[in-house]
Amino acid sequence: MITRFLWQGMGPGLRLFTLLVLAVGILLPLANQFLPASSQFHVPAWVLQLIGKYLCYALLALAVDLVWGFCGILSLGHGAFFALGGYCMGMYLMRQIGSRGVYGNPLLPDFMVFLNYKQLPWFWHGFDQFWFAAIMILLVPSVLAFALGWFAFRSRVTGVYLSIITQAMTFALMLAFFRNDMGLGGNNGMTDFKEILGFPVQADGTRAALCFASALALAIGLVISAAIVGSRFGKALTAVRDAESRMRFLGYRVEGFKLFVFVLSAAMSGVAGALYVPQVGIINPSEFAPGNSIEAVLWVAVGGRGTLIGPVIGAFLVNFGKTWLTGALPEFWLFALGALFIVVTLLLPKGIMGLWGQIRDRSQARKAKAGAPA
Amino acid sequence: MFLLRSLAVLCSALASLTIAVTALAADLQSLVTNLTAGSFGDRETAIGALATSGDARAAPILEALGAGQLYIRTSDKLVVIGKPSGNQVALTEAVSGKAAGTVAESELERVRVNNRLRGIIEAAVGSLTLMSPDARVRRGAADSLFKRPEPAALAPLDAAIAGEKDARVKQAFAEARAAVVLASDATVQQKIEAIGIVRDRGDREALSVLQGAANNAKEPEVKAAAVAAAETVRQTLAAWEAAQNVWYGISLGSVLLLAAIGLAITFGTMGVINMAHGEMVMLGAYTTFVVQEIIRTSAPHLFDTSLLIALPLAFLVAGGVGILIERGIIRFLYGRPLDTLLATWGLSLVLQQAVRSIFGSSNREVGAPSWMSGAFQVGQINVTYGRLWIVIFSLVVFAALILLLRKTSLGLYMRAVTQNRPMASAVGIRTPRVDALTFGLGSGIAGLAGVALSQIDNVSPNLGQGYIIDSFMVVVFGGVGNLFGTLIGALTLGVVNKFLEPYAGAVLGKILVLVFIILFIQRRPRGLFALKGRSVE
Repeated sequence: MITRFLWQGMGPGLRLFTLLVLAVGILLPLANQFLPASSQFHVPAWVLQLIGKYLCYALLALAVDLVWGFCGILSLGHGAFFALGGYCMGMYLMRQIGSRGVYGNPLLPDFMVFLNYKQLPWFWHGFDQFWFAAIMILLVPSVLAFALGWFAFRSRVTGVYLSIITQAMTFALMLAFFRNDMGLGGNNGMTDFKEILGFPVQADGTRAALCFASALALAIGLVISAAIVGSRFGKALTAVRDAESRMRFLGYRVEGFKLFVFVLSAAMSGVAGALYVPQVGIINPSEFAPGNSIEAVLWVAVGGRGTLIGPVIGAFLVNFGKTWLTGALPEFWLFALGALFIVVTLLLPKGIMGLWGQIRDRSQARKAKAGAPA
Repeated sequence: MFLLRSLAVLCSALASLTIAVTALAADLQSLVTNLTAGSFGDRETAIGALATSGDARAAPILEALGAGQLYIRTSDKLVVIGKPSGNQVALTEAVSGKAAGTVAESELERVRVNNRLRGIIEAAVGSLTLMSPDARVRRGAADSLFKRPEPAALAPLDAAIAGEKDARVKQAFAEARAAVVLASDATVQQKIEAIGIVRDRGDREALSVLQGAANNAKEPEVKAAAVAAAETVRQTLAAWEAAQNVWYGISLGSVLLLAAIGLAITFGTMGVINMAHGEMVMLGAYTTFVVQEIIRTSAPHLFDTSLLIALPLAFLVAGGVGILIERGIIRFLYGRPLDTLLATWGLSLVLQQAVRSIFGSSNREVGAPSWMSGAFQVGQINVTYGRLWIVIFSLVVFAALILLLRKTSLGLYMRAVTQNRPMASAVGIRTPRVDALTFGLGSGIAGLAGVALSQIDNVSPNLGQGYIIDSFMVVVFGGVGNLFGTLIGALTLGVVNKFLEPYAGAVLGKILVLVFIILFIQRRPRGLFALKGRSVE
């Protein structure tokens, strides 16, 4: 019932797009698993891993877009929520290693043995259960977002100031996670994962399943976002973005709207991070680097803020470009990335999704000019 | 214990000195000859005699003996001091101090010493240096006595104090004497007096002397006095340590100020979020590097002035790039702060990669001119010249900027455009030009900061990234659009950071400061010194 209701709330284009995402998430793993390696439709495992990674980035981009494109909050700290989700997953995966680590300690992960920990720090308890880790993946980023948003939105910190404090937040977290006595692996982070839910992390079948899970998560994210954006609540959100003071005068509690989207978006980022970690096999504090968060904002800007399809396209395009360029012309990648920031903001304020509209407007303006009496 | 005994020998020699003073002092020659002859026991006496002779040549001769460089020339039995020179030995006559040619070592016979003698010689030289004509050497001797007081040194110290004219050295002697008294079997009254003198010295060594006295004292009065004095000294030391932390904090704050002050112009008064600000700092640092390279290869004698040459160039380079950025990118984005933020971030990536392509990604060496190296002491605060110059420089830049904004027509235009753009435009100010110049000024100042920071940070393409978040924090904390707020903000954050460091460690201290600022912005979204009025919205 609810599914049908949500489904009908989506526009036809978005419906098609969501199906496309799901199709990719189902067909690619199937092609990897069941077609023989000699077949020309066989998908090698590394492609699957890459697509899975992009799908996680796309979910992160969608989360950024939800707050930036629809509510006008430019968060430069979504990488922190992504990384926190990743760390929760990393802790679960570390506990799964059990006594198969280098030091063979049944309770303590290798880095703790190395750093002379005598017992498990309190916040590591429970992470041996997947259900607990899953709850934490949603809860930890949400709580942080709630705390930050609660203070910031109530005291009406907006615009650039909010961007800067979110950046400071992820920077502070990066410094904190780099410390060895945080009990989270210090600058090496966590790696050498063995199993997830009893399946070996490195196996092709697991990769296929993870790729599918990422596609599914993205599709669910799209459906939820569409439902929010299309509802009355979503209309109010857009209004907050465009005229915050007016909404306040009209009697809306603006901070409540903002807080809800911010927390939801943080939880989505956390899920994206959690799916990302088993696919790349490592999580370390550099995921908190402020540059990562800003890059995620770029994906949204490239694809088109304020649309739901745009961020997904943007994340795929930019990251495909990154994979290709860092391999082919590593020197050139930062030039390209930097130039992309500048070009998109100067020339494509609505991103690729807005390109068609921009061209149409321009040609109409030209026609109007030509048609106008001289 | 060993040293003590040797000093006792020395003192007995000193006592006998009064009887035979004329005979001994008159004949340095025979004293030196005594050193080289007889048993080790005889030599011990001879060393004491020489040390107490008061002759200026005694110290170098004893030092040479201790170092195994006192020889007898086989040909004429002359006692000489030999310093190795190539394969041969360069000689000096021991008694007269005249050069005596160079010979092979085989023609010399070394005057032998054993470990026991070496200890005696060391002590003898130590007390001899109390009489040295060089005031610095005398103070050094007093200080080493203070750190390792020997009761036997009391007599030579008293003699030295009586003959001393330099007030500071005399003070050092008196302190050393007090430490010696505490270590000896003096009366309670004398010891308590000595404790007073040591307490007034008030440094770390004084504390350890007092703690030693408190632990070893047999008399309860002395013990109590020592404990009380140690507590006083500890408080003094804590105060000095706090002062040192304040200085470190000011020093860090001045670095923050330098990095943030340009941003205070572009962000604070123009409202432009320039994420490439750190890269302007980097450009300034690289300008310094290039200037130094050119000077190194073509005019090495100018090296000490390299920073002065780099300053205007760095200002021009960074300022010029800033004007290009404003004309090329930022002017299309006025009124869209979030887009400006993204575009300038992209620009910062491009600049970083450009510098990396040209200069390589490794750290570049920027040298310090001679007037920036070294350190001095103020009380017990250690001040390095480099840091001092940076503090002075940042304040000078700040003052110059204030003057520029308050006293020049460009400053007037800038303030006018900031406060009310349409009105400024209406009275004939060319606002686009002022925008470009303001942005150029902010960037140029970042370039100046780069010259200073090249002295204390690694000059690498990532130099700027380390400062950008800190700079924004300073500007936002101090209050956007308020230069004095930036000054106070920078110094406060610097000092707070340095005071947190001893308790929390450097990284955690920085995290705490960041969290503090995040919370602070919630309470006062417009910073410490907020602008009031309509221009705020």
